[in-house]
Amino acid sequence: MLSQKSTRDALLISLQTSVIAALLSCLFGVPLAWFLARSASRGLSALRVICISPMVLPPVVGGIALLTAFGRRGIVGHYLYDWWNISLPFTRTAVVMAQVFVAMPFLVLAVEAAFRQSDKGLEEAARTMGASPSRVFFTVALPAARPAVIAGIALAWARSLGEFGASITFAGSFPGRTQTLPMAVYELVSVDYRLSLVLSLVLIFISVGVLAAMRDRWMVGR
Amino acid sequence: MSISLHGVIGRGNFERDLNFAVADGEVLAITGPNGSGKSTIIHTIAGLISLRSGQLQSDNITWDEPAAKTWITPEQRTCAVVFQDLRLFPHINVIANVAYGLRAHGVPKDEAMTRSSAMLSHVGLATFEKRRTLDLSGGERQRVALARALVVEPRVLLLDEPLSAVDAASRSALRELLPEVLASFAGSTILVTHDLVDVEALATATFGL
Repeated sequence: MLSQKSTRDALLISLQTSVIAALLSCLFGVPLAWFLARSASRGLSALRVICISPMVLPPVVGGIALLTAFGRRGIVGHYLYDWWNISLPFTRTAVVMAQVFVAMPFLVLAVEAAFRQSDKGLEEAARTMGASPSRVFFTVALPAARPAVIAGIALAWARSLGEFGASITFAGSFPGRTQTLPMAVYELVSVDYRLSLVLSLVLIFISVGVLAAMRDRWMVGR
Repeated sequence: MSISLHGVIGRGNFERDLNFAVADGEVLAITGPNGSGKSTIIHTIAGLISLRSGQLQSDNITWDEPAAKTWITPEQRTCAVVFQDLRLFPHINVIANVAYGLRAHGVPKDEAMTRSSAMLSHVGLATFEKRRTLDLSGGERQRVALARALVVEPRVLLLDEPLSAVDAASRSALRELLPEVLASFAGSTILVTHDLVDVEALATATFGL
């Protein structure tokens, strides 16, 4: 099945974009989770709702939101295009953006819960020992939340791998460029049902595999 | 005076007017029943809670004065705390716990390890460097917490119920160790406790809440 070039491309694009999306989700999601767990600012619950909303939004709507923001005539996108000639929609970057948009909330929720449960007393102790807030974060808070961060990355990666609605809306389904495995499955259903079934099984195995690997950390508390 | 507090401390609905100063080499014991604000005093001096009003000074530097909007962050205060619940870091070993404060103060790793090692010997834990803090007994954990506080050479040492988390056997050993350790400590010590035996063994002055 992997002898077909478009299928092989779709698998590679899926793996490449989902790994990048999971790492970006970690890079932005962990500090965000920290802020949500520890800040006393007002409007925090509103911010949390905004951060988590991609989880409940229909992915297609998410894709349209991304187009509205980053499309060539979008709110942010038209500056990118006018000033630097950068056009994001229907590129590999757009695939990653859509995946981060949909997957990051899973990581944020997992990691925020861990930060909330972690012992604030240890962080206070570190402060009294001369550690700056950023040192406390990296040497005390983050190590305590490490299992949740790993689980969050795995969830975000699995969600990115399966991402369809937001990606196809914002990035399109161009074989060899933006077409990921779920998009290939969708297009193959009417052409080659058997092959689409095999690709579906590949996706199922990967997703279940991730959940199985995470079961100790994720299912049985942290 | 290496530490002086004149003002109102508080946490939640609790509030209390306080007025005391401690000189170098002195051990001030603050006694009182549970709920009388003993831990609040420690946390206020350490900078984990701010004063409601008044002034907290150390070596003529104001750490906290709400009226003047003066506030020195916990990490900048030259004090060290032995918390009632110890708060040892579970994810690093004994010597890394002791060296943590030195590293946070920018002491190079080799020097931090040498000094921490010497301090662990000083409190009788020379062979415990690589152990995990979770595997230690109550008395051993208490010694690690003490070593961790003293190694940064603070000007003010704050002890919150230092013998409350310890079994009877370790307690008598610590009652011998603590006066020794405090005698060689150059700064001032504030000890809060509800145990009058501790006061007798350790304090040079007392103050009841």
